[in-house]
Amino acid sequence: MAQSSIMPGFRPAISFTIVYLSLVVLIPLSTLVFQSFQLSWDDYVHIITNKRVLSSFRVSFSTALIAALVASFFGFIVAWVLVRYSFFGKRFFHALIDFPFALPTAVAGIVLATIFQPSGFLGRLLIDSFGVQVAFKPLGIVMALIFISIPFVVRTVEPVLLEFESSMEEAASSLGATRLQVFGKIIFPNVFPALLTGFALAFARGVGEYGSVIFIAGNLPYVSEIVPLLIVTKLEQFDIEGATAIALTMLVISFLLLLLINVLQYWVRKRSGQL
Amino acid sequence: MSILLSNISKKFGTFTALDTINLEIPEGELVALLGPSGCGKTTLLRIIAGLERTDQGRVLISGQDRTDHDVSQRGIGFVFQHYALFRHMSVFENVAFGLRVKPRRERPSNAVIDKKVHALLDLVQLDWLHNRYPDQLSGGQRQRIALARALAVEPSVLLLDEPFGALDASVRKDLRQWLRNLHHDLNVTSIFVTHDQEEAMEVASQVVVLNHGHIEQQGSPGDIYDHPANAFVSRFIGHTNIFDLDEHDVDWLQTAGLSTAQPRGKIAHVRPHDIVIEKSTTETDAFVTLKDWQHLGSLIRIELIKNGSASSVYAEMPNDQFRRLHLNKGDKVDLRIRHAHWFH
Repeated sequence: MAQSSIMPGFRPAISFTIVYLSLVVLIPLSTLVFQSFQLSWDDYVHIITNKRVLSSFRVSFSTALIAALVASFFGFIVAWVLVRYSFFGKRFFHALIDFPFALPTAVAGIVLATIFQPSGFLGRLLIDSFGVQVAFKPLGIVMALIFISIPFVVRTVEPVLLEFESSMEEAASSLGATRLQVFGKIIFPNVFPALLTGFALAFARGVGEYGSVIFIAGNLPYVSEIVPLLIVTKLEQFDIEGATAIALTMLVISFLLLLLINVLQYWVRKRSGQL
Repeated sequence: MSILLSNISKKFGTFTALDTINLEIPEGELVALLGPSGCGKTTLLRIIAGLERTDQGRVLISGQDRTDHDVSQRGIGFVFQHYALFRHMSVFENVAFGLRVKPRRERPSNAVIDKKVHALLDLVQLDWLHNRYPDQLSGGQRQRIALARALAVEPSVLLLDEPFGALDASVRKDLRQWLRNLHHDLNVTSIFVTHDQEEAMEVASQVVVLNHGHIEQQGSPGDIYDHPANAFVSRFIGHTNIFDLDEHDVDWLQTAGLSTAQPRGKIAHVRPHDIVIEKSTTETDAFVTLKDWQHLGSLIRIELIKNGSASSVYAEMPNDQFRRLHLNKGDKVDLRIRHAHWFH
């Protein structure tokens, strides 16, 4: 394979890739798996089926799912606006999109907690006018996750929208399609695989997010306690086994979800002849 | 359906793409909009389609004013230069699209759509590809699918933007003939844009020559070739030799047998096949030397040098006739001009 290849440097490149992936990804993750072997199956089940642990899983995955869905919706609109229209301050908005990437998550967390807490600027407004409390509730977690995951969606959808051939739209219009039909039957199906990728990234980030969530969540057990926080709590109590068991479960679920999304993506691409 | 354009003007910023265009296209014609790049031909096509708005002027399709109709309401079929097939749909769904997006009341049943799409795919001889996706097709196949898709909605006018531009030479030749035959069978008024004068002459029944946003001439291919309205058309269509009376070509033209006593202009355009050459019998008064020749298939193009000047004159004659002359490079040649077009 290496001999017949036109591209030089296959051997050093693949060696480097394997070493890098091993050091950074495979070794730490396998350590986690080996570490968990010290637990018996009964111990493991006992830790995982603990009520507090189960509810933290529910909180983490449901908030991440809702946040990823909302971020996909609004991220798509933001990407659409940035690609399709030219307006004053467009470059500024462009830069603003990446801000959550660059901001230390703890800073984001403190800022969000400050404005959304019941005495905060937005928090008071929401309680007074709608009776909705954001901070110290799962809703607060969703809010923080939307904030940090929107750029993932925008940055994956944007290049696909940019590349989109406008003549396809014109062709659809010339065949009698309404604006809504053009969007639903032509534009959206072409952007959907990218949107799915953005959703997957946003979701994965949301499940693992720690810094921006813990300040606004309030961390009430059974209500707004997320899995990463539970792991940290267990570690602080030197309950290494408990932390490992939860972490491993997290790893497996995340892996399965990403696999599912990839299969879905393969199916979408295949169905639309892109493979 | 007939098309009538009156006083169409269009500007992009300060650039005038079209300047008060008036054009009438009778029903059933196959018209070529021909011109160099940037002459406004594609803009004009897009204005007829409704893909571009006019600054001024009206577009009438079969007598009805469609200027303010959206592209989806004009009843036109448009074939894009790069086909613009829907990548995420099969060939069948691409062709069916125009039928599926019709309002519920007008939408045919699935069985009717199925029958119609297969009939159209048969018409373009590609029914065996109905399950494929556009990315799996060759350029010529995509072009024909794009045409079938445009025909599905039974347009009153078919518009094609550089329909053969992105194809290689042999496919292009076949498709030209095929399009001409198809038009003959369907008889739908069609307009196509091209920058290739050969293509326009070969395919179209009417040619409209555009330049700098103006119509230079409109007529049948024969008309335009034999009676060019101005110097631009004469230069743009076919090959031509240009002689300028102000640049001391007078004597030369008189020697070549062309009367310059009462010229109808300052510049004479002479088609290569209107120049007759013979091997010079008298060495002294020959004033042209044969420099080189090229085979163009059935024709030979002969490059001649005017003695005492560096510029070349081109003549063309049938292959066998050239062979009978027994000419060699460097031979002195007698030359006679049979006909010229005069321009100011």
